Amino acid sequence: MPFIDACATSDIDEEDLIRFDHEGATYAIYHAPDGTFYATSGLCTHENVHLADGLVMGHVIECPKHNGQFDYRTGEAKRAPVCINLKTFAVKIEAGRVLIDIP
Amino acid sequence: MASRDYSLLGSDGARAVETGLAAAEWYHSDVPRKVMKELMQRSDGPAIRDSIIMYGSMIMLAIAAIALWPSWWSMPFLLAYSVFYGSASDSRWHECGHGTAFKTGWMNDVVYHIASFMVVRNPYVWRWSHARHHTDTYIVGRDPEIAIMRPPQLIMVMLNFFGLPAVIKDWGRMLYYAFTGKVGKEEATFIPASEHHKVIFAARIWTAVYAATLVVAVATGSILPFLLVGLPRLYGGWQHVMVGILQHGGLADNVTDHRLNSRTVIMGPINRFLYWNMNYHLEHHMFPMVPYHALPRLHDLIKHDLPEPTQGVIAAYREMWPVLKKQLMNEEAFIKRQLPPTARPYREDFHTSALGATVPAE
Repeated sequence: MPFIDACATSDIDEEDLIRFDHEGATYAIYHAPDGTFYATSGLCTHENVHLADGLVMGHVIECPKHNGQFDYRTGEAKRAPVCINLKTFAVKIEAGRVLIDIP
Repeated sequence: MASRDYSLLGSDGARAVETGLAAAEWYHSDVPRKVMKELMQRSDGPAIRDSIIMYGSMIMLAIAAIALWPSWWSMPFLLAYSVFYGSASDSRWHECGHGTAFKTGWMNDVVYHIASFMVVRNPYVWRWSHARHHTDTYIVGRDPEIAIMRPPQLIMVMLNFFGLPAVIKDWGRMLYYAFTGKVGKEEATFIPASEHHKVIFAARIWTAVYAATLVVAVATGSILPFLLVGLPRLYGGWQHVMVGILQHGGLADNVTDHRLNSRTVIMGPINRFLYWNMNYHLEHHMFPMVPYHALPRLHDLIKHDLPEPTQGVIAAYREMWPVLKKQLMNEEAFIKRQLPPTARPYREDFHTSALGATVPAE
């Protein structure tokens, strides 16, 4: 499947994220403090809460409901109550747009 | 309506899952993302300052109590020490469990484990039970932290001011985990199997600490070691119970709007220091990522959308106590708090099952 155009790079503040919905699925797209972009599935693996309302701290996203944490670069679960890793998706930037590889 | 079944393995919990009341989406007041990001920012400063005050005070009070022991003059120092140990530890356990007190992770963890020991809450069992409390706040059969069940057992509520029987039960659980190496069936409904060994490990460490305290007590022929370790949870826990049962007491259950089931009480600086601003409880439940020191700012920002906060602890008891007495005869009675005209109304349609057949007490 080709990369999907998700948003403009300027749509996401540095050290923040936005929600992106596509074909019934929801994703989170991150703008890291070093200027790079990442994408993960949009719901916390603990209890299906949208991560887009959470807090990005460096390369960590914290879930807004129970404060579980993930490294959004790798999807690794970092702090209870999350135990299951997040799914991650490849990202590329073209002409100021963020494209994500949705299989 | 049939009596409520509070068991996590019971019929009400199963019904909540079937009807979608469990793990539902909850109401949130609107806060612009930029502002919410500012409110959620972590900082070590306030919690380091408060921890130095708290633990510094405890050390000085303990030294004074030991120096004056066995004179009765040691009593005021022990009583003050016990309020930090048995009550302030509750809010430290709570905030550090959320990971919002400090910016630095290990600082949250250190204070969390010390506070868990002092309030006699297994740090792993209660981390998971509190996560469930936030997912399913006051959903009967789902929330393991419902402080006052319906009909209320008022004698038990009063005994709770002295940690009875809850702390005795928690010490019993500690020994159960430590000696059987197992986690109970109800606890297993909210603690993943991968965490069970941590529950048991913490219980064994605690048992060793109490055993060491016993050795010192026997060696010195004095109860003083237990007046400093363990027993302060019983004789100093009254303050956290006094403010804690106001969080949800007498309000609605089985709803998905914290404005209906959580209470904000305006309190003075001493209670707020001990309680780490959890008197802004409605705001905390709506936005659990906001650290304690930012809750007053959050309150100011969304108060137009919330019921008027209760002015003081005495006023809150005057509001809650008559309803608890009504619930003795009619467990459907509760306080339906009025919203200001500026607020978005309660979604009566969504809450029909909880509110439609019930009898608001005011």
